[in-house]
Amino acid sequence: MGQLLLGLINGSFYAVLSLGLAVIFGLLNIINFSHGAQYMMGAFVAWMLLNYLGIGYWPALVLAPLIVGATGIVLEKVALSRLYKLDHLYGLLLTFGIALIIQGLFRNYYGISGLPYQIPEALSGGQNLGFMFLPNYRAWIVVASVVVCFSTWFMIEKTRLGAYLRAATENPALVGAFGINVPRMITLTYGFGVALAAFAGVLAAPIYAVNPNMGADLIIVVFAVVVIGGMGSIMGAIVTGYGLGLIEGLTRVFYPEGSAVVIFVIMAIVLLIKPEGLFGRAA
Amino acid sequence: MFRKVALGSLALATMTAGPALAQDISIKLGVLNDRSGVYADLSGEGSVVAARMAVEDFGAADKGIKVEIVSADHQNKPDIASNIARQWYDADGVDAILDVPTSSAALAVAEITAQAGKVFLNSGAATTDLTGAQCQPTTIHWTYDTAALANGTGKAVTEAGGKKWFFLTADYAFGHALERDTTAVVTATGGEVVGQVNVPFPATDFSSFLLQAQGSGADVIGLANAGGDTVNAIKQASEFGITQAGQQLAALLMFVTDVHALGAETAQGLSLTEAFYWDQNDSTREWSARFEERQGAKPTMVQAGVYSSTMHYLRAVEAVGSSDSKEVVAKMKATEFDDPLFGKGYVRGDGRVIHDMFLFEVKKPADSTSEWDLYNQIAVISGEDAFLPMRDECDFTE
Amino acid sequence: MAMTENESGQEVRFLKEVGMPRLHKVIFLVLLGFLIALPFMVYPIFAMKVMCFALFAAAFNLLLGFGGLLSFGHAAYFGGASYVAAHAAKVWGFTPELAVLAGTLAAALLGLAIGSLAIRRQGIYFAMVTLAFAQMVYFFALQAKFTGGEDGIQSVPRGDLFGMFPLQDNIALYFFVLAITFGGILALYRIVHSPFGQVLKAIRENEPRAISLGYQVNRYKLMVFTLSATFAGLAGATKSQVFQLASLTDVHWSMSGEVVLMTLLGGMGTIFGPLVGAAIIVTMQNYLATFGAWVTIIQGVIFVLGVLLFREGIIGVISRLLKRRL
Repeated sequence: MGQLLLGLINGSFYAVLSLGLAVIFGLLNIINFSHGAQYMMGAFVAWMLLNYLGIGYWPALVLAPLIVGATGIVLEKVALSRLYKLDHLYGLLLTFGIALIIQGLFRNYYGISGLPYQIPEALSGGQNLGFMFLPNYRAWIVVASVVVCFSTWFMIEKTRLGAYLRAATENPALVGAFGINVPRMITLTYGFGVALAAFAGVLAAPIYAVNPNMGADLIIVVFAVVVIGGMGSIMGAIVTGYGLGLIEGLTRVFYPEGSAVVIFVIMAIVLLIKPEGLFGRAA
Repeated sequence: MFRKVALGSLALATMTAGPALAQDISIKLGVLNDRSGVYADLSGEGSVVAARMAVEDFGAADKGIKVEIVSADHQNKPDIASNIARQWYDADGVDAILDVPTSSAALAVAEITAQAGKVFLNSGAATTDLTGAQCQPTTIHWTYDTAALANGTGKAVTEAGGKKWFFLTADYAFGHALERDTTAVVTATGGEVVGQVNVPFPATDFSSFLLQAQGSGADVIGLANAGGDTVNAIKQASEFGITQAGQQLAALLMFVTDVHALGAETAQGLSLTEAFYWDQNDSTREWSARFEERQGAKPTMVQAGVYSSTMHYLRAVEAVGSSDSKEVVAKMKATEFDDPLFGKGYVRGDGRVIHDMFLFEVKKPADSTSEWDLYNQIAVISGEDAFLPMRDECDFTE
Repeated sequence: MAMTENESGQEVRFLKEVGMPRLHKVIFLVLLGFLIALPFMVYPIFAMKVMCFALFAAAFNLLLGFGGLLSFGHAAYFGGASYVAAHAAKVWGFTPELAVLAGTLAAALLGLAIGSLAIRRQGIYFAMVTLAFAQMVYFFALQAKFTGGEDGIQSVPRGDLFGMFPLQDNIALYFFVLAITFGGILALYRIVHSPFGQVLKAIRENEPRAISLGYQVNRYKLMVFTLSATFAGLAGATKSQVFQLASLTDVHWSMSGEVVLMTLLGGMGTIFGPLVGAAIIVTMQNYLATFGAWVTIIQGVIFVLGVLLFREGIIGVISRLLKRRL
């Protein structure tokens, strides 16, 4: 029972991260390999805000995603926007290169051991649920991620703005003809996806070590989540994120050595049986 | 200007071998360690700085010994390490390789060093195999190993009443070795191991494993891991109130940089074993201050080990009057040292360096007066008690 | 996958030529001459490493550049073969050529098994299936007993070729490796320019049309996948003999990424591109090792500039300027 809850908490990170990846892929057709690095940047920006400017956790939760999102926008304008007409492969390679640069730079300036970031005062301590001790902060993670995921899904699937976005990916020329600035919309979407990654980074900062490699291995797992959920499917990314968190949590109890590989086994099975992913539309 | 400082520390290093003659020897030392990965802060550029300081403090130039230091990043991978080591020996004329954290990489380098007939002065690796199952006549292992850690932390914690242990073991050779050695010490001291879990390496989330440990009814949760894994596990244990609920954490391998990263707030009360701490006495403080000036952080025991092993090596070179590996290693093993950083000690026939180890406890934040003021010394473990006894087949002295 | 517009025109002219065009013959001969002289100029083990990776990249290029299939799990065959070859040489006492053969065979079987599942999917899904299986191979290498976990299989003996010629000397070993890798690269060249290779190109350019022409597309895809895995395995097995070591690095997903980088940097779909790409990357890693963390930054910058400015790769650009296929 406690283990299931922990799985769900981990799933919250997967959900927010894969959501960002799915939004970017769904609307830009770019596989954002620098997502892990941007998640790391989120945590680092929160740390910098605290240590250089004295800005605490709560404002950082909003400011850090904005700042990292802004760097994402610059990146999209300068580099990514030149690649939309090309194969997926190039977007993947470009962002992979960018991830290497970002991680390398942070490593040079901040070392590798990681930096401490305390849990905010209001959320320290925890509740005894009888079957386990649940830190308040972990509970907050679940709440925050559910809220963010649901509002994103709502915005894209149910609002007029979301409808424009989806239409723009189907037929940019037509949407442009209706007087909507499609390139700007795409830029903002990328910024938004990146901001989601940074948001997850700030959430993670108090419980995982803030270090330059924190996102490096995560990206592969999160990517698998997106593929399993169905590339570009918002709902798929969210549900699969939570689901895989649970499955991984269970594996940790019954076969801990295998918990790092279980996601890939599932990915292979899903792709071979239902290639469009659990929630994807058939290609 | 630096000569003055150098003389100061030389005076502390009482063992010198004969008068300095104007010899003409040139030596190339290769510092091979992690410069970009998880161990970059505890070894990395800091070890290069330490080696350079040793050369300067020794006054090599004035004694007619020309020393050149090269360095490279082995990324903690045995294949890259062996590749670089081979090239250094075969093509670049390196005489000795220093540091080499990560057990798998260290074992690869030990093998190649023996083939090439050069000298391997290890400081960063933890495996007892370097002077055990895979011992080589050319290997000298400074600073620490898994047995010494187990004999420090494992013994002290069990004796203090932590009888029932549960291990969180990083699922690779180092983690298993640390668990194996600590288990031996714990059972020998009258404790028992009630369970363990193999954690995939590297891991960021330990909550699930901590919960299993909590449910096991153990007194002590032994963390048989290193670096970022240890930091994360401790951070999350404090978050889940593991210690408040009455279980004790024992970090089996932790460096001062890890504690620094955690902050005294989270790490307070942890007991851990190290071979060196900057704030032990005047000579460690003096050296560490000079180190910090150059490197921007206090030295770890690994970096201190690089300094001392380089120093001991250079003294042997001076005494022998050549860089001949066989003679130098024999001299190093024949001469006891009194080191400014590690105190008195000697190199055993199998290459294991025997010096004191120390049990420390992390200070409460209230008692800590500065960023790096982190430890209280609890106990001294003599080298003979800390390290494994020598295997007969590994005694390479005639 | 990504095709260059001017290629089809050259294709026609190229098809008219029989056998190896003179330009290629000259380049191969010059290359061979250079490689024979090389171990006397640079450190032989470094040169051998470059050659192993050149073969690996060329094998990968067969799949990506000529088959149009992006595999993100080629480390599985490279590393898998290196484990098998190391184990064969160390534990079973195989002679080097048999150990390499055993490793290559293992990679071929692995490629056949994974390929038969993966080719049912296209594009990014294909890449993901290969990645998933490669991760499982990695997991196996980490957990299995005979692979030695993260220590890898160390101190693999350098045996005697055919049980007669000792390979302990670096130069002797060099020519053994030269024979294997150069032979492998020539074999790949033959495959690309055989009728089989032409069908592959047809499938890459327009799969539905190839199907309508009566080609059993999946059989061709499986064959090219297996061939590519086999040659990748040959490279990996040879590497394990050179370094006397098989380790997790060779099966890790970043190795799969590295081979993509080599191929793209040199120019995918070109004959000589992967060789150039491999040489540049390996040299860079070798000589920049001192710079520590800067290596990753420099690699990242090369990635970014490569994708933004030279998508055809180095040889691709030269080839366009010379208007000759290289």
